[in-house]
Amino acid sequence: MGNLLEHMGIERDRLHFSWISSAEATKFVDVVKEISDKVRALGSNKKFEKDYN
Amino acid sequence: MDTCIEKIRELSADLLEKGEVTKVIGFANGTIPMATSPIAIKTKQDVDKLVFNSTCGLNLANYVSGEKGKIAVIAKGCDSRNIVTHIVENQIQREQIYIIGVPCTGMVDKHKIAALFEDEIIDFSEDGDTLMVSSLLNTQTLKKQDYLKDNCLYCTHKNPVLYDVLAKDPVEEQKFDNLFPDVDRIEALDEDAKWQHFENLTKNCIRCYACRNACPLCYCPTCFVDESGPQWVGKGQNKTDVNTFHFLRAFHCAGRCTDCGACVEACPMGINVRDFTRKLNKDSLELFGWEAGLDVTKRPPLDTYRPEDPDDFIK
Repeated sequence: MGNLLEHMGIERDRLHFSWISSAEATKFVDVVKEISDKVRALGSNKKFEKDYN
Repeated sequence: MDTCIEKIRELSADLLEKGEVTKVIGFANGTIPMATSPIAIKTKQDVDKLVFNSTCGLNLANYVSGEKGKIAVIAKGCDSRNIVTHIVENQIQREQIYIIGVPCTGMVDKHKIAALFEDEIIDFSEDGDTLMVSSLLNTQTLKKQDYLKDNCLYCTHKNPVLYDVLAKDPVEEQKFDNLFPDVDRIEALDEDAKWQHFENLTKNCIRCYACRNACPLCYCPTCFVDESGPQWVGKGQNKTDVNTFHFLRAFHCAGRCTDCGACVEACPMGINVRDFTRKLNKDSLELFGWEAGLDVTKRPPLDTYRPEDPDDFIK
């Protein structure tokens, strides 16, 4: 799915997959931090912005 | 091409007469030249309505799912692969279907031919590899090879993969070093150019869903675009909704698409919607060594787990 999004020109870093056990709280925090950092670096997604005008 | 229609009619008449099948699904002449439409023949007297030529670009596997009795269907290479997919996905049982296989030499692209004429085409006929097309102003003799549909150009399964009888001798299969030059061309673009390519591609889309309706893979009782609770995607022609529809439609075909080109054939706006599915076909082949619809005993890659499946995208 990431490959097809990338093929369409959507930045790869907008889609993340991870396998986290309910016991892995620190991993969850790390993954969320990493994702939010990467997405913040990309900025808002203007491509899928819906124009209502 | 040798349309072998006499043989198809003979086989169909025989099946109907013996009562082995309740109907034969094939192609009939449409209302305008170069347009054939699917037809279900139920009596021996009607077999003369069946035709087979280079304009039979739709996929008849679309009309076999959910059948109760035993039916016969006329299948090109791609149709037979979609029938295999239907059997794997339990849309029909193998015993319920009698496949009249037709080795195919490719179907013609009606848009490419129509572009040669200023006015409307009024007659189309073919003899072997030569096409004779005429409008009121002009008559042209064309080489079929130059006007094939894009998916037929890179077809590697012209002969049916599953059949009960063949209507003519198998044809030679094509071999390519690179099956996906069109995908490579898009992959070589940068992010914004890729996005622009797909924006331009879908900008004429009128959301008629002909691509979905022509696709044998799309048999969900309620398609996600028709759902109203929740409404997954807007119904208008807002470009975000149009792109979302095309992206999701394509992804639903991941690992299942046989590149039959029925979606492009059905599109009234001439959009090459295969640009989406081709990427998925390329990934299926490269990541899973998979081509859809070749084996009734194998489940599609997104439906199975193997320890060696690529998983580097999971953190």
